[in-house]
Amino acid sequence: MQLDFSSDLSNVVKIIDTLKHKKGALLPILHQIQREIGYIPLKTIDTIAKKLQQTPAEIHGVISFYHQFRTSQPGEHKIQICRAEACQSRGSRELEQHAKEHLDIEYRGTTADKKFSLDSVYCLGNCATGPNVRINDELYGRVSNEKFERLVSTFKTQVKGR
Amino acid sequence: MMNIKMFIPRESTALSLGAHDVARAVSDYSTQHKTELNLIRNGSRGMFWLEPMVEVETSKGRFAYGPVDVSDVPSIMEDITTNLLSKHTQEHRLALGLTEELAYLKKQTRLTFARAGITDPLSLNDYLALDGFSGLHKALAATSQEIVSTVVDSGLRGRGGAAFPTGIKWQTVHDAPSDKKYIVCNADEGDSGTFADRLVMECDPFMLIEGMIIAGLAVGADEGYIYLRSEYPVADEILQEAIVIATKEGYLGNDICGSGRTFNLEVRLGAEAYICGEETSLLESMEGKRGVVRFKPPLPAIEGFFGKPTVVNNVLSLSAIPYILSQGGQAYQQYGANRSRGTLPFQLAGNVKQGGLIELPFGSTLQSLLDDFSGGTQSARPIRAIQVGGPLGAYLPTSKFDIPLDYEEFTNASAVLGHGGIVIFDDTVDMLEQARFSMEFCVDESCGKCTPCRIGSTRGVEVIDRIKYDDSRAENMILLSDLCETMINGSLCAMGSMTPIPVISAYKDFPEDFHLPSNNAVLEETNHG
Ligand SMILES: Cc1cc2nc3c(=O)[nH]c(=O)nc-3n(C[C@H](O)[C@H](O)[C@H](O)COP(=O)(O)O)c2cc1C
Ligand code: SF4
Ligand code: FES
Repeated sequence: MQLDFSSDLSNVVKIIDTLKHKKGALLPILHQIQREIGYIPLKTIDTIAKKLQQTPAEIHGVISFYHQFRTSQPGEHKIQICRAEACQSRGSRELEQHAKEHLDIEYRGTTADKKFSLDSVYCLGNCATGPNVRINDELYGRVSNEKFERLVSTFKTQVKGR
Repeated sequence: MMNIKMFIPRESTALSLGAHDVARAVSDYSTQHKTELNLIRNGSRGMFWLEPMVEVETSKGRFAYGPVDVSDVPSIMEDITTNLLSKHTQEHRLALGLTEELAYLKKQTRLTFARAGITDPLSLNDYLALDGFSGLHKALAATSQEIVSTVVDSGLRGRGGAAFPTGIKWQTVHDAPSDKKYIVCNADEGDSGTFADRLVMECDPFMLIEGMIIAGLAVGADEGYIYLRSEYPVADEILQEAIVIATKEGYLGNDICGSGRTFNLEVRLGAEAYICGEETSLLESMEGKRGVVRFKPPLPAIEGFFGKPTVVNNVLSLSAIPYILSQGGQAYQQYGANRSRGTLPFQLAGNVKQGGLIELPFGSTLQSLLDDFSGGTQSARPIRAIQVGGPLGAYLPTSKFDIPLDYEEFTNASAVLGHGGIVIFDDTVDMLEQARFSMEFCVDESCGKCTPCRIGSTRGVEVIDRIKYDDSRAENMILLSDLCETMINGSLCAMGSMTPIPVISAYKDFPEDFHLPSNNAVLEETNHG
């Protein structure tokens, strides 16, 4: 959901206040921010740092360490292709190539219409029925090039669910 | 009106192949045909090529159909009503017969996975009916030392990869004087080719919860965390619900089963970082930091989560505990071979026709596992290489398929049994590309603390590229082997020190892919693999 920036900040404050009592609260907080806003806006880092009594550099360091956290707006639907070994052995290298061409973007890219972001992931735990693709929170197995195109066109016409 | 009890999994693999759609089609059909349907969303039996597998209860046991597509639903429902329920026969092309009679299941020894796919993962009644929480009741009646000793007697070794004896780890935490201790379940399951942890969490979550409560009682910890990789949203959802149920029913909380003992449990999500499966990196991550590996000592058992004594155990280690407490350490330790006791849930993956979960006692061989279960490759081409033990494990050529599946036997063969993942490649695999990928994976996933791992892996990719394009091939082979040597000896943790294992196995056992003659002098020099 796209929110204007002031409501982002007040949401972020609310998220931090609800979660900061937890031991090692930073990851749960970052997850919740990304869940609600879609990414972690750079401008929220100062707020997080102040509230947790840490430096902005520390917060930034944590965000940049983890592949999952991002500081820019992603596409409406997040597509991840598994590029780990078990999927390679079932054709994921070809699927990756096809997906990049079909969407006309590279990994970490977002399509011009802002519908899709493409990322890689190392293993989705579905290693006997690859190649595997995750779209938002849904997992798809045995994804051929044709199935990939079908999935993309389904999501293209679909209104964002979460 | 006919009454039908059916089972359709809500487990990730089944879902990834359309199980929700099949379930919807089944209930639509029964609404239209006015049949009384009792549809259970169970876990998976772990026979993934048959998913979505639909089961039907009859007086003779459960019969299966699979793999079921939505378009098959009407004809299957007809077969059920006209043949199966009245005559106990199946005529449908997807009929599999009695589930329990399927060879894939019959040949296994399911101790940890005894309930998987049979029960509704969130039914406490199902769990209790199949021996659930009987281990906990034994533990509540025992002293903490008695629990630890039972685990020592079982011979259980950590299933997360390092195979450290679980009982000894627990003893250390038990003996550490502290006002606060923690149980941390390592559910980061990052290895490609593995899914056994996920299956436990999605198919039998109460078993993991029970194992963690028992661990708490054993070492004197009243707080537990499951560090779960965020790639597993279904496991997250099921675990969260299971924790709510277990708390409501008095298994978790401040008065476990009326004993006055306390154990609280929480799920924490990772954020796509392979290194956070390494236990000290995991603890850093749980403390809200970058997942940078800590120096050891101190061991987490002495100074773990926020400096307190902490048991860090893999999902499968903790899941073996309820059986061990319920049946006794001896019952568990009678299975297995040499110093590898009990069973290991192997995970057959990659280019394989019949992939899935195969729980067997240690001591069998890769070849017999392939013969008994695999059904050959998915592509119907010959197998060329198998990577066992995840991305840091060796690629084995066919000549090594007879190594016994046993921790020490694998180590002696410069291979890794690890978490039991078995990834099959057919003869189209390019082993130079696989070696390159191992280095590339290390570039992406290194925590960055030490140079051989952080920079060495980048150099590794470059060197392999030069070999690939025949740019001073012989010199670069020597460089690659030196680099591997440096990474092995100069890395703080297994990420850097084991990345060379798949690389070395690739160029030693598949030299032709590096355009090297098999009697190449370079290979003779590099014998440290
Ligand atoms: C790079 C690396 C990744 C690891 N990943 C995992 C993992 O995903 N799951 C796991 O249980 N153990 C993993 N381990 C092993 C843990 O460090 C630790 O040994 C284990 O959690 C201890 O539990 P156990 O004794 O029950 O096996 C990893 C180790 C290394 C070096
Ligand atoms: S070997 Fe790699 S992952 Fe391990 S501590 Fe060193 S840099 Fe970090
Ligand atoms: S390797 Fe792709 S899902 Fe495991």
